[in-house]
Amino acid sequence: MNAYVGTPTSRVDGRAKVTGAAKYAGEFPADGLVHGFVVEATIPRGRIARLDTSAALQVKGVLDVLTHANRPPLAGNDEAWKDEVAPEKGSPFRPLYDDTIKFNGQPIALVVAEEWETAKFAATLVRVEYEPHGFATDLEGERGSAVEFDKPHEPRGDAAGALARAAVRHEADYVIPTEHHNPMELFATTAVWDGDGKLTVYDKTQGVQNVHKFLCGVFDKKPDDIRVVSPYVGGAFGSGLRPQYQVVLATLGALALKRSVRLVLTRQQMYGLGYRPMTIERVALGAKTDGALDAVTHEAIAVTSRYEDFARNDTGWAEQLYSSPNSRFSHKLVQLDVSTPCDMRAPGAASGVCALECAMDELAVALKLDPVELRLKCYSDRDQSENLPYTSKQLRECYARGADAFGWSKRNPAPRSMRDGKELVGWGMATGVWEALQMPVAVRIVLTSNGHAEVSCAASDIGTGTYTIVAQVAADALGLPIENISVKLADSSLPQAPVEGGSWMAASSAHAVLAAAEEVRKELLSLASKMHRSPLADAELTDTVLVDGTIARTNDNSRAVSIADAMRHGNIERIAKEKLNQFDEDKKHARNTHSAVFAEVKVDEELGVIRVSRIVSAVAAGRILNTKTGRSQVMGGVVWGIGMALHEGTVMDHRFGRIMNPNIAEYHIPVNADVRDIDVIFVDEPDAHINKLGIKGLGEIGVVGVPAAIANAVYHATGKRIRRFPITLDKLLD
Amino acid sequence: MNNFHYSRAADVADAIRLLAADPDAKLIAGGTNLIDLMKENVERPSGLIDISRLPLRKLEETADGSLRIGALVPNSDLAYHPLIEQRYPLLASAILAGASAQLRNMASVGGNLMQRTRCAYFYDTATPCNKRNPGSGCSAIDGLNRNHAILGTSPSCIATNPSDMSVALAALGALVHVAGPSGERTIALADFHRLPGDKPHLDTNLGTGEIIIAIELPPLGFAQNYSYLKIRDRLSYAFALVSVAAALELEGNAISQARIALGGVAHKPWRSLEAEAALRGQAATADHFSHAADLLLAGATARAHNGFKIELARRAIVRTLTQAANATPQSQAHKKIA
Ligand SMILES: Cc1cc2nc3c(=O)[nH]c(=O)nc-3n(C[C@H](O)[C@H](O)[C@H](O)COP(=O)(O)OP(=O)(O)OC[C@H]3O[C@@H](n4cnc5c(N)ncnc54)[C@H](O)[C@@H]3O)c2cc1C
Ligand code: SF4
Repeated sequence: MNAYVGTPTSRVDGRAKVTGAAKYAGEFPADGLVHGFVVEATIPRGRIARLDTSAALQVKGVLDVLTHANRPPLAGNDEAWKDEVAPEKGSPFRPLYDDTIKFNGQPIALVVAEEWETAKFAATLVRVEYEPHGFATDLEGERGSAVEFDKPHEPRGDAAGALARAAVRHEADYVIPTEHHNPMELFATTAVWDGDGKLTVYDKTQGVQNVHKFLCGVFDKKPDDIRVVSPYVGGAFGSGLRPQYQVVLATLGALALKRSVRLVLTRQQMYGLGYRPMTIERVALGAKTDGALDAVTHEAIAVTSRYEDFARNDTGWAEQLYSSPNSRFSHKLVQLDVSTPCDMRAPGAASGVCALECAMDELAVALKLDPVELRLKCYSDRDQSENLPYTSKQLRECYARGADAFGWSKRNPAPRSMRDGKELVGWGMATGVWEALQMPVAVRIVLTSNGHAEVSCAASDIGTGTYTIVAQVAADALGLPIENISVKLADSSLPQAPVEGGSWMAASSAHAVLAAAEEVRKELLSLASKMHRSPLADAELTDTVLVDGTIARTNDNSRAVSIADAMRHGNIERIAKEKLNQFDEDKKHARNTHSAVFAEVKVDEELGVIRVSRIVSAVAAGRILNTKTGRSQVMGGVVWGIGMALHEGTVMDHRFGRIMNPNIAEYHIPVNADVRDIDVIFVDEPDAHINKLGIKGLGEIGVVGVPAAIANAVYHATGKRIRRFPITLDKLLD
Repeated sequence: MNNFHYSRAADVADAIRLLAADPDAKLIAGGTNLIDLMKENVERPSGLIDISRLPLRKLEETADGSLRIGALVPNSDLAYHPLIEQRYPLLASAILAGASAQLRNMASVGGNLMQRTRCAYFYDTATPCNKRNPGSGCSAIDGLNRNHAILGTSPSCIATNPSDMSVALAALGALVHVAGPSGERTIALADFHRLPGDKPHLDTNLGTGEIIIAIELPPLGFAQNYSYLKIRDRLSYAFALVSVAAALELEGNAISQARIALGGVAHKPWRSLEAEAALRGQAATADHFSHAADLLLAGATARAHNGFKIELARRAIVRTLTQAANATPQSQAHKKIA
């Protein structure tokens, strides 16, 4: 039954990707295709006083310059602009809507030309005069104007009192800078004009149906007028959850010109999209002398735009993870003249848990306790915020397996006590935690009598491996070799799926495949049981399986009818079934993935140069569908964590309200030299409650905890506690 | 990016003629810096004169034992050339510390010498910058200046020269051969790049209409005792915060010749003849290295964010000289600092 699930199956789309056969949004051909280029605002707030496009229009090959003044109609109500992922509060950004400037890098004109180079050149000829308004972009400068987002959670007990009484206390601010996703693929849309106001839109997105509904609303189109397709996505990490402005502008251009339009943003322009918001995370911990936590408070202050309140769960992790009778949490926002932040891999957790786990390390030092021991002292088998048991939680095992693989027991707790020649050696650890979410997804299976099946769904594969997982689960459920399964994804006309994010797609799509496969089996049983002297004559559906190209009795696979025979008998060539899978609501359990991350750093004592020589990440995430793609996910997450700890940060000059490192030469992410040994351990975590297959999802847990483990290792190496990320070498000199 | 015309120079004389005919045109070699800047609208040449196919790709030993290197030799060919590896390993090391393999394959010697600063304001046409737009002001002086110069700055500009190769060339005492409308001339590398003064738009002393045709390395290559140490914000593929090229001639433990050049700290590779003279005749010890560092960094001034560079440079100088003296040069492949 499980020939594929749980095995290290190679990516089914791997060959297409490495040979270039896989097409991305900016690569689809179209007859008469023309090209757009965006003109951006260069001030953070104000009005466009004058926009002169005449010189641009005179360039040979330029077809049009669209601005707020001459564009085709766009919806005038917020509802149309609110996509599935939009913040509840606020009024989403509408590109080329009017003359208001809300952030630097805002698109203010779209030049469309026969050639991309022509459009790019003509864009430099568009003259803009602004009426600038006063602005603010500095979170730390505006900290005083932070406003509570929503109602704060009910505090537990009396945190202030408990902190005041605590035998050992630690309180500090941890500052996480704004970060940008920088997916390898540039944001791009090819809007193909199908005639008659109809469009096929190839878009870089994590959710084709989200974009589809959004475009229909924004352009007042009927569902059949627009189809959104995005078969491959070259990374997105959350930046493609909301429809980005390039899809609006490409569509606008196509409708204005009645021609197919391609718009590819530049790397620099992508810094005008969403980002992980800068946060100031204030964490206070109070403990008894034996290490038992008595109080936890966590206040996050985050950036948002003036027009939308974007907030993610930074503080809930401190609320749920460790047992503590007294606690208080709040999340505040500061509205600034910037674009709205968006989800970025492990939104909320990457930042919030980083602060919490650095604070826990500082508390361990104050208590003279081993950091792992402190976490075990505060270990909770119940989600502390909801007071619920977990569907499964093998975090204890993660600590044990991770520590063992790392050699943690050999650690000398004193800072600066371990060295290797001129380098100080530091060992640090941290806990990681993420949610195990699942969403309704529908899948269609078309099984043909030759034993091939096409499995389709609107879900995206953003590089996470959805194609492969769907193929694995379908092959097992249909009893066919994986080569006989073809998977179609990310077309808005396919069965329903939400955006791909939150690590929910593996569990959600896998169970939808199971549900649809069961419908197929039902149909096959009804055909097979009617056959003359059928071995399945009186079989119940629950007594049957699909195996080796047959439908068979579960307890005796030799009593079987081949798929081909059953279909021939029924005089049909194919069985097509679509099923929407909904998960039972389970309010009695908390559902999370966990990890224990151990990091070794080597720091040149004189020069402060930091090398992350080893990371061990022990992950408990239910059943691992594919140990190969799963391991890649976690490794990728660890690399992200290295970046967060040591390299990444979007730098803004607040005098201009402009990002000053909008390119990947100056916005540093780890390069190969920064990534050494990464050991991923999957801890067994059987889970009978969460879902049939016991799956939790792996997309995000890999990054959570890594930055703190590295920061803690840097402290252990150097005795210096750096609370302002990234930890660059200048912070270690003195 | 602006519209530009394109022509391919047939030979050096043709390139000079084309340049004279259109002073707003630019030479293009590997294009790895110029095209980037054109895409950002920082450089808006009226035309590109492609010199990439000119026969300036030779390495030749001259009668006096010098080595003459054509301006179009790719950075990677230069770094891996046996003569460079054997006689001038400091240069090979510095080149390999820069950029990435792909870029080094494209980049030329001449283009590397001429590459422009990475100051973020220079790149952002929406902000004032004296180097890009003379007279508009310097955004870095009171702005984000963590990467900026600590030596030889002026009230007009505090940008650094980003080249690694040039730092080694400065230490080796290289010469730059140029050709122009009025013939050929030679400029010492030390005089090739300028300090910003009140004309920060001029990076070098290359005259209008001149083209680099070759560089020349003097016979003394310091192949025994050298090291290039580059300190940056990640372990590879980042510009230097501070870099040090150190080259020593030792007689026993005594220094008979010393060369030290710094990168990432000034508008040009930074040398101090005084510091080098102070080492001559001294024992190769940390104390003497430290004294040399003080002399090299004399007059260093910090702005809001780059103060760390002074101490970092001091430590890096001592470390690099120690590596050189011990004949344990910094490996560019292994990121642990020797
Ligand atoms: C992402 C990135 C990272 C990098 N990192 C580093 C680094 O770490 N260290 C480092 O040192 N460099 C680094 N570089 C810069 C790289 O070394 C330079 O771009 C390269 O050396 C330029 O050579 P080129 O032949 O491509 O020059 P081009 O781009 O062709 O030309 C650059 C300039 O030189 C002029 N020019 C070219 N040839 C001549 C000539 N013969 N005579 C007169 N003028 C001439 C051109 O007119 C132009 O103004 C990096 C570049 C990039 C893009
Ligand atoms: S330092 Fe030089 S390059 Fe940078 S902004 Fe100032 S003038 Fe321009």
